[in-house]
Amino acid sequence: MEIKMEYYLVISTIMLFAGIYGFITRRNLLAVLISVELMLNSVDINFVVFNRFLFPGEMEGFFFALFAIGVSAAETAVAIAIIINIYRNIRDIQVRHLDRMKH
Amino acid sequence: MDYSNFLYMREELPLIAVMVILLLYDLFGSERSLRHFQLVACLLFGAHTVWCLFPHESCEAFGGMYVYRPMLTVIKSILNVGTLLVFMQAHTWLEGDRTRIRRGEFYFLTLSTLLGMYFMMSAGHFLLFFIGLETASIPMAALAAFDKYKRRSAEAGAKYILTAVFASALSLYGISMIYGTTGTLYFDDLAARIDGSPLQIMAFVFFVVGMAFKISLVPFHLWTADVYEGAPTSVTAYLSVISKGSAAFVLMTILLKVFPAIAVEWQWMLYALIVLSITVANLFAIRQKNLKRFLAFSSISQAGYLMLGVISADAQGMTALVYYVLVYMVSNLAAFGVISAVEQRTGKVMMEDYNGLYRTNPKLSVVMMLALFSLAGIPPFAGFFSKFFIFAAAAGQGYYGLVLIALLNTIISLYYYLLVVKAMFINSTDEPIAPFRSDNYTRISLMVCTAGIVLLGVLSVVYERISLFGFGM
Repeated sequence: MEIKMEYYLVISTIMLFAGIYGFITRRNLLAVLISVELMLNSVDINFVVFNRFLFPGEMEGFFFALFAIGVSAAETAVAIAIIINIYRNIRDIQVRHLDRMKH
Repeated sequence: MDYSNFLYMREELPLIAVMVILLLYDLFGSERSLRHFQLVACLLFGAHTVWCLFPHESCEAFGGMYVYRPMLTVIKSILNVGTLLVFMQAHTWLEGDRTRIRRGEFYFLTLSTLLGMYFMMSAGHFLLFFIGLETASIPMAALAAFDKYKRRSAEAGAKYILTAVFASALSLYGISMIYGTTGTLYFDDLAARIDGSPLQIMAFVFFVVGMAFKISLVPFHLWTADVYEGAPTSVTAYLSVISKGSAAFVLMTILLKVFPAIAVEWQWMLYALIVLSITVANLFAIRQKNLKRFLAFSSISQAGYLMLGVISADAQGMTALVYYVLVYMVSNLAAFGVISAVEQRTGKVMMEDYNGLYRTNPKLSVVMMLALFSLAGIPPFAGFFSKFFIFAAAAGQGYYGLVLIALLNTIISLYYYLLVVKAMFINSTDEPIAPFRSDNYTRISLMVCTAGIVLLGVLSVVYERISLFGFGM
């Protein structure tokens, strides 16, 4: 039995909004980063599903998903490097301690 | 595969060459030859800037993935000149004890972001656009965290990378929905297939939200002030001018090329964004005491003015936008040049530290005053003319209410720009910043900026030259 396209889209939408929710509410920088990754992955699902179900003859969506995965890996690498640097500076990666600059 | 397509990238290839040469030079140069690193970097990049000044014929490469139009030469040249000025202002900072060993990285990272912006602007397909956007923003986060022993800089880097990824994820979600509804991602094919269905409008909203994060329009501006304050001053200057200018330009080309069918919807969206950006940023700028934060809010409101060119959506709007970027670049870089010169000597960035600056450093004070007058739009400086053209473009499309709001905000902005001028010229203090001599790089860059502020508006030929390329898009 073929799974319908709508189910995939429901999953990816839930992932996107779970990511947005996590981005806003998480208190740890790494958790925030994971939430953002969730959002990026939901986009990859979208691209692949659209390509597979709606435009099966082409490769555009697949390629976009591949590139998006590569780019998000680069983003994660840089973000983790920066988070490590923060840890070295203040021995902590809680968001509420990133408050040196206000007003 | 036909490799000759690469030869169409007349601006990108020399930039990559400059990047690779500088990287190798930094790696393998001897201790003695590395003393001239900065001079070599500026000269090489200057040569690249001159090479890119001359437009060639429109062309497309890689099946429409990469598009070249003469207008791109104009905007790329403007960004080149801005980057060169930032390099010159960064000289003293990069010669410091902790940064000297890493200065090669500064150039490499900055040039990578510039390369990303080139690709983003030349894109004819959402994939190249996305890759360019990310190439522009990932190294930017590393640049913001460049002073890695300073807590503020590390914080700025984290805030920038997380919001940048968040914004690009939102943009990508929009792009994926556009792909789902149309089946293509080529800008040329998309224009005919966008029909304004609700799903497409939702996708469009996601896309614009992501872009608005990059241009830092209210209500997506929350990262701006912190990142601008925490990042090293030269990086802030780069971020506020080059990054913002290129993103605004790209937003305009995409809105015009891909989404003309839903122009009514996006014009209302932009209308709200412009009013919010200009007003809210102006009100927040009034209460800032730190000059870098102050300029951050000023740059948010300037981004709102930039969007006036986007909303007018015609050849005149495009010309006004590019001209505005040019003038904003010289004015803002002059202001940041003064701030970074003072910060490097004394470490002071607060507004009250500038009290009595005119008595001790009259030249710097005058440059700062001219820059702020130009940002505020006082005639006869260039800022007045750029505002005039962009208002004229928006009024030409019938946005009289919007232009009125923008005009009223210009008056508010005059108040807070003059606060700084008042601090420098009128306020007296017992401990003014001691007189100092800037290095020659900073002096030259400030001279170029000042010349730009004074002359760009008066020489009407500049605007006419840009408008010749008019609607190259």
